[in-house]
Amino acid sequence: MKSSRASATRNGAVLAWQIAVGAIAIAAWQTLVTLGLLDAFFVSRPSDIAKRLSTWVVSGTLWGHLATTLEESLLGLIAGAALGISFGFGFARSPLVARVFDPYIKMLNAVPRVVLAPLFLLWFGLGIWSKVALAVTLVFFVMFFNTYQGVRDADKVLIDNVRMLGASERQLVRHVLIPSALTWIFSSLQTSLGFAMVGAVVGEYLGATRGLGYVIAQAEGTFDTTGVFAGMTVLGVVVVIVSAGVSRLERWLLRWKA
Amino acid sequence: MTALELESVSRQFVTPDGGSYRALDSVSLAIPAGAFVAIVGPSGCGKSTLLNIAAGLVPPSSGSVRVDGEALSGLNRRATYMFQQDALLPWKNVRENVALGLVLAGVASADANARANEWLARVGLSTFAAHYPSQLSGGMRKRVTMAQNWILDRGMLLMDEPFSALDVHTRQRMETELLTLWESTAENAEFAEKNDSLRAQRTLRLKKTVVFVTHDLEEAIALADEVVVLSAGPASHVVARHPVALDRPRDLFELRTSAAFIDLYRSLWAVLRDEVIKSQRDA
Repeated sequence: MKSSRASATRNGAVLAWQIAVGAIAIAAWQTLVTLGLLDAFFVSRPSDIAKRLSTWVVSGTLWGHLATTLEESLLGLIAGAALGISFGFGFARSPLVARVFDPYIKMLNAVPRVVLAPLFLLWFGLGIWSKVALAVTLVFFVMFFNTYQGVRDADKVLIDNVRMLGASERQLVRHVLIPSALTWIFSSLQTSLGFAMVGAVVGEYLGATRGLGYVIAQAEGTFDTTGVFAGMTVLGVVVVIVSAGVSRLERWLLRWKA
Repeated sequence: MTALELESVSRQFVTPDGGSYRALDSVSLAIPAGAFVAIVGPSGCGKSTLLNIAAGLVPPSSGSVRVDGEALSGLNRRATYMFQQDALLPWKNVRENVALGLVLAGVASADANARANEWLARVGLSTFAAHYPSQLSGGMRKRVTMAQNWILDRGMLLMDEPFSALDVHTRQRMETELLTLWESTAENAEFAEKNDSLRAQRTLRLKKTVVFVTHDLEEAIALADEVVVLSAGPASHVVARHPVALDRPRDLFELRTSAAFIDLYRSLWAVLRDEVIKSQRDA
């Protein structure tokens, strides 16, 4: 009890500091622009950004774009995770396949995704699917490597024990290999989620008709720095909120860990 | 009847530098059903390899293994194996871990859980059923592991230094609990044999055969009916077999200071000492 209360106070202090850091940074930004030390044309100012955000919220234009970006990210995350986990599992279970494909996996992972974006636009069009595809290429490799590692890393003693207790190959996969890999997969969920959003936004940025990336690209096209920063703010806030949710989920799923 | 029979079993391993290491050299050993046999030897003598071969986890390079008279191929389905390291699944709670073997065998989960609860009561961990292994002490984890193995009620228990990671007192307690469990099933078997001839055949198997590997001679003598001494590696072989004629049930807290125990210890240590010295000279 004592220690949980102590950690609760510590969490409170951390939160207070987190808010303080943000407040100081924003205040400094606002002050520097007001004093004329920074040019509002290049860096906008927090008060303008706040005004712009409230306009978006009141007029409702924000929600459509946000929904599009989140939809693309989520689809990319799900498809990328499904593919990455299946391939990671397959490769870990058949070392020969893993060795044959090893150089190709490395090659594909080294391709800068920005290079792929125009190709995907060409293949999948201006709609959401070219963005989903881009998110998939990012999420896939994170999930793939983590699953591969997680399965390969499964404790030999646990495997032997479960086999001695009577497990078939399928039961071994279900009771040991998948849970063992899941700990790695869950730990990479934060990274994957971030990558999925990056994929979606970069895709929108390079060619789209909706989404936060599109909003930012439009604003940049007219040197509207306030719009650019407002778009970035929305992205940042969304990532923080979603991350907190993922953290809770992760804690619950990995509750067996000491 | 012979529960486990090894006939000139040898095992080589490929070393990382491409050479080969002969862990076991022509080991022959017959263990009668219902016996508690301890295998001792200096570290690195191939004790665990021997046990892995008996379990079917590692095939012998040459020689044959018979379990209850039948040649062993693949895993030994008549045995459970208690490993030196923790082998409980960390993502399953205590009850799920104990019930695991039953679930794997296709027992309905309500039934499996009920039987797991019975076993948890027997090892005194009923209140910890919903805990995860990481929340238990080392001794508790061993008790869960024992329940996990014993719930399957297989005829043979293979144990690879199961208590070596525990502190001395916890270890003695676990040894006592092991003997109590083992002796209680042996009594059940005899009782059933006398009173129910129809069930006699089945219950005979209830008297479990135990193969207990340890490097601790004291532990070996305290627990076993017979102590087998393996030579220092490489190319370990059986150098001595010695019966332990101490009465059961044994009081492990008193036993170690009794004259009979000390005599046994002295004569076995005379054999084991040479092997330990050999193993340390080579190391």
